[in-house]
Amino acid sequence: MSLIEVEHLKYRYPATEKLALNDISLTAEAGELIGIVGKNTAGKTTFCQALVGLVPHFYKGAYGGSVRIGGMDVKESGVDETIRKVGIVFQNPFTQVTGSKLTVYEEIAFGLEHLGIARQDMMERIDHALHLLDIEAYKDRAPFDLSGGQMQRMAIASVIAMRPQVIVLDEPTSQLDPQGSEEVFRAIQSLSREGITVILAEHKMEKLAAYADRIALLHEGMLIDYDTPSRVFSRSDLAEYGVEAPIYTRVCQAIGFRMLDMDTYPVTLEEAQAAYEAQHSAISASSQEEQGGRYD
Amino acid sequence: MIKIQDVCFGYNEGQDVLQGLTLEFDQRTTAIIGQNGAGKTTLVKLLKGLLKPTGGDIWVAGVNSKDVTVAQLAGKIGLVFQNPNDQIFKRTVLEEVMFGPLNMKVETAAAKQQALQALEMVGLADQTDVNPHDLGLSEKKLISIASIVAMNTDIIILDEPTIAQDAAGKRRIAQIIEQLSQEGKLVMTILHDMDFVAAHFERTIVMNRGKVVLDDKTREVFSHQDLLREACLDTPYVTQLGKQWGLPETVLTTEELISAMKRPR
Ligand SMILES: Nc1ncnc2c1ncn2[C@@H]1O[C@H](COP(=O)(O)OP(=O)(O)OP(=O)(O)O)[C@@H](O)[C@H]1O
Ligand SMILES: Nc1ncnc2c1ncn2[C@@H]1O[C@H](COP(=O)(O)OP(=O)(O)OP(=O)(O)O)[C@@H](O)[C@H]1O
Ligand SMILES: [Mg+2]
Ligand SMILES: [Mg+2]
Repeated sequence: MSLIEVEHLKYRYPATEKLALNDISLTAEAGELIGIVGKNTAGKTTFCQALVGLVPHFYKGAYGGSVRIGGMDVKESGVDETIRKVGIVFQNPFTQVTGSKLTVYEEIAFGLEHLGIARQDMMERIDHALHLLDIEAYKDRAPFDLSGGQMQRMAIASVIAMRPQVIVLDEPTSQLDPQGSEEVFRAIQSLSREGITVILAEHKMEKLAAYADRIALLHEGMLIDYDTPSRVFSRSDLAEYGVEAPIYTRVCQAIGFRMLDMDTYPVTLEEAQAAYEAQHSAISASSQEEQGGRYD
Repeated sequence: MIKIQDVCFGYNEGQDVLQGLTLEFDQRTTAIIGQNGAGKTTLVKLLKGLLKPTGGDIWVAGVNSKDVTVAQLAGKIGLVFQNPNDQIFKRTVLEEVMFGPLNMKVETAAAKQQALQALEMVGLADQTDVNPHDLGLSEKKLISIASIVAMNTDIIILDEPTIAQDAAGKRRIAQIIEQLSQEGKLVMTILHDMDFVAAHFERTIVMNRGKVVLDDKTREVFSHQDLLREACLDTPYVTQLGKQWGLPETVLTTEELISAMKRPR
């Protein structure tokens, strides 16, 4: 049994005609880091909400199929039970803020209190999360007095502190500076190495290529592909789904640098560099051959 | 069109967020980049007159901001907020986008015309009757851009317009910036997407802890990897790849990198 099992999931928002999710089936294992890509309105956010049960419990609407997390059916269980296992960072951090807490510290404590975590453990978790997201200096600040990026960091910290089995992040770094965004990806990766399953909707393909184990490509509510970053980003029809491969991949495609398997293209800076070196040693080998020929 | 001299500002006494900024803005497309909390949003709120400097002066189109009201400035500067929820409050997309022009005393028919044009520009002309609160973040962001464009101010400031946008959305925003700039407007944009900055802006200003640490042509700015890293930034992915492949020049776009690689060496 896989940790996450999604079977024939279909969903339509109330008073709409189109299916926002159309027959999605996939599984994810404990400790996997799954990237979700697709153009705007592909269904990424809806899928994220379905993993935590907000779809259908909060949004209502028409629902078919099932989502199981560690054997628990998300639709049969309430949101309250689900959020003990699955944490979510919303696309817009402002949505995440309770609005009732006076400080960043209390804001992060809120979810932990709800889980009934003991005080000492709670303090350690909060300090760790504040440190991880580099917002210790603002712990006594009012949440709404933070800059956009600082608020996004707080939203991530409050979910990480809860240490759920599964963390769902909906474009969590859209307002972070480049280094902050890199740090968050590293933090997420180390969580997944500790066994937490991470589901991450993102438009930053370069980051997903470097960190995700598998990529789910969504289009108009359907799951088009679910494979390694190399395979998904090397698809020649990617543009039809409104997705652009990482910059490394696009440049390598244009100049014909492939991976050794000849089927895929480099998707990270390291792979692009390796392909470049392979190309160069091939060129110098063939020019040596030519020279050798001439001397014979 | 905008000049600021020794501008200081703090939200709380004794904690200056901006520490004596002096800058001049002209018609070049200008990107402002910098680490979270550097003071980018604070700076543009000062320009818009939503906050008052604790020291220094701001001139907009030759007039000192101390001598004008927020309402007078509203006719000159449009600001797209970082968080669209701070901006959107009407029940339909069309009402939302018409609000700005109406507020500037434009006739209803003309306001509607301007609003529809702006919605066309952001690709939401078919959503006029939708409640903006039912739309996703990427669409809300486009609505707030349309609302500002519809006001047709000479100066337009965009605070992180590419948040939540997919590849097509980003291309569209780049086109909008280009078009507004060609109309002779001053367009100033705050961004965290370095590749987007590299591809679309003539001038780039780097802020770090309330100060300007670099202000130059974009290519020049992205040649300073060390300074950028100190400011919690980095060079664009495409620039990093060019450097990794041993190119001497600082490349700013995939097209530049591809043609450099195809060049016989
Ligand atoms: N609350 C809602 N009510 C009605 N329809 C909705 C609602 N939220 C989303 N939708 C619709 O569901 C579909 C999927 O939207 P969703 O937000 O899941 O896409 P997304 O892939 O997350 O897009 P983005 O990249 O813009 O975040 C879209 O057609 C959208 O208009
Ligand atoms: N209302 C407020 N009260 C007190 N401090 C504030 C307030 N708004 C912002 N700040 C602080 O001022 C500093 C600058 O914030 P600002 O929003 O200008 O940053 P920014 O450069 O736009 O950052 P980001 O990239 O995260 O949007 C930050 O440290 C922030 O915490
Ligand atoms: Mg979304
Ligand atoms: Mg800001």
